[in-house]
Amino acid sequence: MSSAPLTTPGGEKLPREHYLNATYGIRSWLLTTDHKRIALLYLISVTFFFFIGGLFASLIRIHLLTPGGYLVTPETYNKLFTMHGVAMIFFFLIPSIPAVLGNFLIPIMIGAKDLAFPKVNLLSWYVYLVGGAFVLYSFATGGLDTGWTFYTPLSSIYSNSAVTPAVIGIFINGFSSILTGLNFIVTVHTMRAPGMTWLRLPLFVWAHYATSIIFILGTPVIAITLLLAGLERMFHLGFFNPAYGGDPILFQHMFWFYSHPAVYIMILPAMGVISEIIPTFARKPIFGYDFIAASSIGIAVIGFIVWAHHMFLTGQSTYSAVAFSFLTFLVAIPSAVKVFNWTSTLYKGSIAYDTPMLYGLGFIGLFTIGGLTGLFLACLGLDIHLHDTYFVVAHFHYIMVGGAIMGYLGGIHFWWPKITGRLYPEFLARIAAIVLFIGFNLTFFPQFILGYLGMPRRYHDYPPEYQVLNVMSTAGASILALGYLLPMIYLTWSMRYGKVAGKNPWPATGLEWTTDSPPLTENFHETPVVDWEVYDFEHRPEFGLKGSISKKPAPAHGDD
Amino acid sequence: MHRTGELYGQFQTLDQQKETATLGMWVFLVTEILFFGGLFLAYTINRHAFPTAFGIGGNMLDLTLGAANTVVLILSSLTMAMAVWSATTGKKSLVTIFLILTLALGGVFLGVKVVEYKQKFDHHLIPGHNFDISYCVKNPSPVCGTPAELATEEKEIEEGLKVDPDLNAHAQLYFSLYFGMTGLHALHMVIGAGLLLWLIVQSAKGRFDANYNTPVENIGLYWHFVDIVWIYLFPLLYLINRHLG
Repeated sequence: MSSAPLTTPGGEKLPREHYLNATYGIRSWLLTTDHKRIALLYLISVTFFFFIGGLFASLIRIHLLTPGGYLVTPETYNKLFTMHGVAMIFFFLIPSIPAVLGNFLIPIMIGAKDLAFPKVNLLSWYVYLVGGAFVLYSFATGGLDTGWTFYTPLSSIYSNSAVTPAVIGIFINGFSSILTGLNFIVTVHTMRAPGMTWLRLPLFVWAHYATSIIFILGTPVIAITLLLAGLERMFHLGFFNPAYGGDPILFQHMFWFYSHPAVYIMILPAMGVISEIIPTFARKPIFGYDFIAASSIGIAVIGFIVWAHHMFLTGQSTYSAVAFSFLTFLVAIPSAVKVFNWTSTLYKGSIAYDTPMLYGLGFIGLFTIGGLTGLFLACLGLDIHLHDTYFVVAHFHYIMVGGAIMGYLGGIHFWWPKITGRLYPEFLARIAAIVLFIGFNLTFFPQFILGYLGMPRRYHDYPPEYQVLNVMSTAGASILALGYLLPMIYLTWSMRYGKVAGKNPWPATGLEWTTDSPPLTENFHETPVVDWEVYDFEHRPEFGLKGSISKKPAPAHGDD
Repeated sequence: MHRTGELYGQFQTLDQQKETATLGMWVFLVTEILFFGGLFLAYTINRHAFPTAFGIGGNMLDLTLGAANTVVLILSSLTMAMAVWSATTGKKSLVTIFLILTLALGGVFLGVKVVEYKQKFDHHLIPGHNFDISYCVKNPSPVCGTPAELATEEKEIEEGLKVDPDLNAHAQLYFSLYFGMTGLHALHMVIGAGLLLWLIVQSAKGRFDANYNTPVENIGLYWHFVDIVWIYLFPLLYLINRHLG
């Protein structure tokens, strides 16, 4: 129960040649096809959008400090929550883990030199930038007040804000997701190293495979949906326009057909990160590997048939509502399979509370709260009370911030030594993780109560009796902001001054930990041959754990 | 630049490289199906809701041009398949010829589409302020068709209005979908034409032979996909309400 055995032995040196110093100059970065460099380009860009989205969130929370809304006008308030949602969802949460960590790690984890289509990978980053530029243009020229959901006919006919460039930007950005998903799927199918069978794939790769399925099947639907809304706005065609007999509810169906699975785009990769962190810091093979892998696919598949639970109050037929309510409950099963397997992995493990593990444990708790409150909302009767209240806001922030961002930060800390070759200051990082956890709960837990009491979401004003809880939430948000700034500072600092990490500082079992930190441009000196099972701490002597957990004798092939 | 059939750095063997490229194209086509799927869904729901308006709208399209275009597109798929066949059997000069034929047929299709769009413009069938489903009936002229055709149209609209008083509004929905679906299809044709042009240049340089023909095959897959989309669009938009005789 102590972290002492995991401290890195000193005296390690950075490898002489690695992907960061292989070539120099701005051109070598902007025209790179190295998946690791593209991951870093994505890291910078998604962080930029995270701070834009965070800025809007801060303004929202400051505005809600007092009832009556003195900081901004109601119209500006509408724009703030819309732009917060658009920046965070489309330009931070969706690309964050897949395009940064997935991009960096998937080829290394499966023993490949690069993704299947390196140029397509670079293209996807440029597509993201072009989409992002359109959206920033929309923010800068009048903003956007439709809500991130772009419901018609507000978005297609009535809104006076800069909807058109935003819709174009998100449409373009969709192709970035599609290309990333396509690349991952093909890579996992065709680029695995000898011996890397499907059931030896790290769960991080399984999670990204499931995410990629959603990328390629869901994203084209949001693309066409927003395109139709855009054509309606620009050229007065009518697909959802009631004046022509079109049905705005059809827009909602098509929108949520993507945007519900998009929630799983955000959470599945985070689950993949947690599935790597938990066995590493419990120093045990993960419990129920097959089930966790299958549950990722299960979540991706079932996630496609629950969308209308966002629309219980649109007057859809009771029968369809009952069916969607039931299907929504069904998603809880694969999600719970994961949570139970993670906790079973912890059971009798030698748990070390290093920073990634703090994020991992935080994730399990917060995701469980977020998931269970999702079941409240899936109940048809209860949803009538809770629909469009702060309860919903709190629920999905527990999944997206408490889940996805905790997973993202946990993953960034976990693989930071691999990405940069250096360790971050452990003590400071633990403090930051705890500050984040406290700040997060203080921000969003009061919102469950506010929602239950009846405070509607997306209103710029509220009755005075809700003030205490709103003040708590705003206070939490400022702590949360500090929690985000700290890693920004010390991670940047550690890139130059951090202790050299060595190949495998934790130690962990993945293939990525057998190569240099930071890795070569080609990832490995020679193509690895995998002849061990996944997460096998017991039978690999380099971890020094032989016989400490299991009494089974080591198999003949295990000593690599 | 990479020469013919060179092994890219991330792969171990040429077979792996080819398998990867082909799988990539198939996965891309899956996303394309979902992309068009949204439009087909919108069409199906609205056709179910407004059968009269959609029927009359469909009858106002030019069946001859639509049918001719279908034949042209199927022929272009044939020539594309022949190009792939020539490439895999190593007939280098035939590849170029068949690719040029495919591009030409694609060009004919797009040309006919322009004529059809112009017709709809003249008939005031572009959704918006000037849309009027009975414009031709009210302002008969040679541009609108023969008097016999216009008489049938007038009768149809009259009877339609009895069933669906909002016929003009709902017909706009039909024509929005017509332009949305055929427009998106045409955009895919234009992209396909660009890809063909690149293929023709490469093929003229003798880049494709029995050992290396992945680009021909994969762009062929794309071209066939775009063709299949039209095979669905034609009956849905043009044929579904026609009656023989």
